[in-house]
Amino acid sequence: MKRFLSLLLVVFSSLALAQDVAPDVLVKSITTEVIAIIKQDKEIQAGNPKKIADVVEKRILPHFSFARMTQIAVAVNWRRATPEQQKVLTEEFKTLLVRTYSNALSLYRDQVIDFKPLRMKPGDTEVTIRSDIKQKGAQPVTLDYDMEKTPSGWKVFDVKVSGASLIVNYREDFAAQVRESGIDGLIKVLVSKNRGAKPEKT
Amino acid sequence: MTVMRAIRTSCAAALLAGLLSACATTGGGSTRDPLEPLNRAIFGFNETFDQVLLKPVAEGYRAVLPEMVRTGVTNFFSNIEDVWIAANNLLQGKPENALQDVMRVAINTVIGLGGLIDVASDAGLEKHNEDFGQTLGRWGIGSGPYIVLPFLGASTLRDGIGLFGVDYAVEPVWNLDHIPTRNTLYAGRVVNSRANALDAARVIEEAALDKYRFVRDAHLQRRRSLIYDGDPPREREPEDSSSALPAAQFTASSTPGQAAAEASGNETVVPKSDMNVLVADPAAAGATTGIAQSVHQIP
Repeated sequence: MKRFLSLLLVVFSSLALAQDVAPDVLVKSITTEVIAIIKQDKEIQAGNPKKIADVVEKRILPHFSFARMTQIAVAVNWRRATPEQQKVLTEEFKTLLVRTYSNALSLYRDQVIDFKPLRMKPGDTEVTIRSDIKQKGAQPVTLDYDMEKTPSGWKVFDVKVSGASLIVNYREDFAAQVRESGIDGLIKVLVSKNRGAKPEKT
Repeated sequence: MTVMRAIRTSCAAALLAGLLSACATTGGGSTRDPLEPLNRAIFGFNETFDQVLLKPVAEGYRAVLPEMVRTGVTNFFSNIEDVWIAANNLLQGKPENALQDVMRVAINTVIGLGGLIDVASDAGLEKHNEDFGQTLGRWGIGSGPYIVLPFLGASTLRDGIGLFGVDYAVEPVWNLDHIPTRNTLYAGRVVNSRANALDAARVIEEAALDKYRFVRDAHLQRRRSLIYDGDPPREREPEDSSSALPAAQFTASSTPGQAAAEASGNETVVPKSDMNVLVADPAAAGATTGIAQSVHQIP
């Protein structure tokens, strides 16, 4: 019960302060919070995709800037897309990222996450939060978050795993899809990926 | 699982289609990957090999052996690697890191029962990731085109040369005189590495629209990052002169000076500075083909 209360406290304080919380504090508190949830939930540990998606949706999504992520990934084709296409692209890319994030999260076991000291100058509106995921018997994996300051608090606009940016990684793929079959072609591929590749666990 | 199988089938079909269309139309592809049609064919072969043989064996291995044993195997090979990693750190002008590597080997071999237990990491001596391809990159040698090696997976011309020309030549396991022992150890290492990458592979499988491109780009990004020991100068986003978004929006301010200095595209135009650092190593994509991972992790 005590643990639950303290968890509750973390959740509320992170929500209430999201506006003016420092980016590193924000990432740390969300990480702590999500790990606490995973550790207490046997179903999540067993890989229940619905429950994991729920955690991602409620705890993590609000702190992501999907519009910006999509713009970076779609790159030069973004301006060539109609507002309607842009909307659909953002929505579908978000779905894909949520699933990817959920899959990655379901792999969490007992790794220790160490945050590196924040390098940030006063007045910076973009910053990278660096962390190491330490696992027994394996080299640490770096996990970095690029964040930007917005009116509604700091938002993540890119995640780098082992130095590879997830968003940048989609860029050439997206560009090639557009070359082959236009922006609608890209949308079609995203939609079918999202509809077709439902979580494989049964 | 049937869904997964369906995805795989459609992935294979997509790969084949991609190969054909790549053959039919030239241009439009990534400048870092001029050999894409050939690479895709080899990638397809590696995928099949993985699905049919390596992955099932790795799954069996993971199911049968307790985690403690598997960790011991990983540590054992990792300890052997550290010797060559130390040498590469020295070659790259990082004597402190080299010293750490040497201490790791000494501690893990003596106290860690011949390398089975990674005591050094617990003591705060961090493991490094180096190989001769990275050393060449550090020396300013360009990566050359992206290459998919049969069985070994993602690489580049420069890294392939580093791997076969140097890494293998000094690699203790590969140079054992007793061939059955060598082969057993080698197979063990490959299977163990693939087993370690099983989970990551699943995530990639689900994340990628086109797995070939996803693995390639992750690999190239990862290698670039490794050359800079995890802290590469920031790349700017696509350069297309008609770019919709203002450059400022693309350039993170975390390292403004570097960003400006390095500002250059990384998609259709690969600037010299980037060619220098785009080296290959599959550890990133961990997932690609497990063999690749293991081989590169070892040197």
